[in-house]
Amino acid sequence: MTPGKDQLIWMYDKMVEARYYEDSLAAIYMEGKTPKFDIGSGPVPGEMHLAAGQEPCAAGVCVHLRADDTVTATHRPHHAAIAKGVDLNRMTAEIFGKKTGLAGGRGGHMHLLDPAVNFACSGIIAQGTGPAVGAALAARLQGRDSVAVSYVGDGAANQGAFHEALNLAALWKLGVVFVIEDNAWGISVPKAKSTAVRDNAVRAAAYGIPGVHVADNDTLEVFKAAGEAVARARRGDGPTLIEIETYRYYGHFQGDPELYRPAGEVAALKAKDPIDRLTKHMLESGAATRADLDAVAAKARQRVDAAIKFARDSDYPAPEEALEHVFA
Amino acid sequence: MKSNRELTVSRAMAEAIAQEMRTDPSVFVMGEDIGTYGGIFGATAGLLDEFGEERVRDTPISETGFIGAAVGAAMAGMRPIAELMFVDFYGVCMDSISNLAAKNIYFSGGNCKVPMVLMTATGGGYNDAGQHSQALHATFAHLPGLKVVAPSNAYDAKGLMISAIRDDSPVIYMFHKGLQGLAWMNWPQSAAAIVPEDAYAIPFGEAKVLREGRDVTIVAISMMVHRAMEAAEALAADGIDAEVIDLRTLVPLDRKTVVESVRKTGRLVVVDEDYSSYGLTAEVIASVVETDISLLKAAPRRVAYPDIPIPYSRPMEDFALPNADKIGAAVRQTLGKAA
Repeated sequence: MTPGKDQLIWMYDKMVEARYYEDSLAAIYMEGKTPKFDIGSGPVPGEMHLAAGQEPCAAGVCVHLRADDTVTATHRPHHAAIAKGVDLNRMTAEIFGKKTGLAGGRGGHMHLLDPAVNFACSGIIAQGTGPAVGAALAARLQGRDSVAVSYVGDGAANQGAFHEALNLAALWKLGVVFVIEDNAWGISVPKAKSTAVRDNAVRAAAYGIPGVHVADNDTLEVFKAAGEAVARARRGDGPTLIEIETYRYYGHFQGDPELYRPAGEVAALKAKDPIDRLTKHMLESGAATRADLDAVAAKARQRVDAAIKFARDSDYPAPEEALEHVFA
Repeated sequence: MKSNRELTVSRAMAEAIAQEMRTDPSVFVMGEDIGTYGGIFGATAGLLDEFGEERVRDTPISETGFIGAAVGAAMAGMRPIAELMFVDFYGVCMDSISNLAAKNIYFSGGNCKVPMVLMTATGGGYNDAGQHSQALHATFAHLPGLKVVAPSNAYDAKGLMISAIRDDSPVIYMFHKGLQGLAWMNWPQSAAAIVPEDAYAIPFGEAKVLREGRDVTIVAISMMVHRAMEAAEALAADGIDAEVIDLRTLVPLDRKTVVESVRKTGRLVVVDEDYSSYGLTAEVIASVVETDISLLKAAPRRVAYPDIPIPYSRPMEDFALPNADKIGAAVRQTLGKAA
């Protein structure tokens, strides 16, 4: 399974948009936090987990999805949210804690929830796996062919909820694609010190479902693995587990001193950046010209800049709005 | 001037653990990022270098597994200290805590011990939203079989940690992120304290009267102790003399000190960062009312987190968090004065 020209352009667009979004947020996050870093200060307070480098996991999977498909993402959610089509203005306003945000500022960056495109994420490891199973179950019961994708990190593959959800999805042959974004780190703990198998995809065997390993953050390989898994799910043939070796350019959270990380790791990863590799492929295969890509990238950056302006210009909620929406 | 060192709460906790590990080979630590990282909130800083990976053990993200393992190790003669990184994560491992750690002594008819410490970070005030900011004191204090500790300063943090490690029952040690003395989070300087170098134990169930006063009793715990002291200072400027009590432990709860204080002041305000309903505030008020309702000259007041998830956005979180102004207003209400 190889992507057509439109799909390549779409993935490039989403990856550039996500990367520019993350790099922009990284800079904005530091506003008000210098010279003294205080996590609660500035326009974007609290924890901030960035996914720069992990774009293939979002674009290469979500290119196969529709708005009526469900995505549950991790605490590092922006790239997946962008690829799933979450409203960028309202998402950014939420991250800024503004009234115009998806939840009016109640959720923040780890709790983006957009029912319009069936997207949710969570600050609790592996928490999205159960809801993805539920979304796929609902589709079955309602006679729809929509599917669910549940993103987790490599650390989450050691959480009980992950295994229970895999077993349920396999047992009931539900249309779920479990995607492990293996960025090699669970905060400071390397995968080799938290997981007894090198490749989590082999764990699929325990549940009698296919397991696919995607090496080296390769967008085209992600496209292929996810395409087959989504098609299989949509056909009613059951779940698939995909583990993608991906890259985390930033720390676990912004402000993470990263003392655990070997020197030079990020530079080595950046030398094989997935956006650069996709660009090279598109140019060499004739899928796009440099001018085409520049135009796509310029528009993506405009969308991000507009969303950030929208967020900055929006008002904060009135304090007492904190009391609203506890119940439906 | 060794005896006059001032330590932050996180350094006091790490020192307590290190001292107990030196004298007792059965003590060990495990949890997420407690090794190389030294604990996200600094409670295990330096331990890996001194004690090595066997006794300072980074775990996978598997709280049900490693907290369950702490129970098993404790019953097999060890004294494990496990860290649940944020108390908000209790949902994934509550069975190991409530149905295992808290019940095995009872299920053995007192024939076994479960000498484990579960330390966990609580509290908000830094805009981290509803899954990383809760206090949740009552959730654990409500479960029989768990001792629950929540220090407000470095001196108590060390002494209570040593007591927790030496205790033969499971102890939940709830430390507030905003009291740890971290470089990257605002914290009240009053949380740092002179901490003796020698090991010392602070018994559970002994509240501390931090400020003596005639007019009203303010009872608080953890971060709210500092807010209560700020309120007491502000009230003093208006001629209102507040007594401030730091409970230090929720289980066992020092009801006696509270009752004796109210016997003197006749007025009671209870402050907690945990949710208002069904919580510590109600428990303390009930303790006084049940003892002798005539001790109260006015209706008691509680100042707690409203019954809403913790909002992310700054104006909303600031609105919801208890603070010195709200405590002051509640005190004035007990005195029949306009807030």
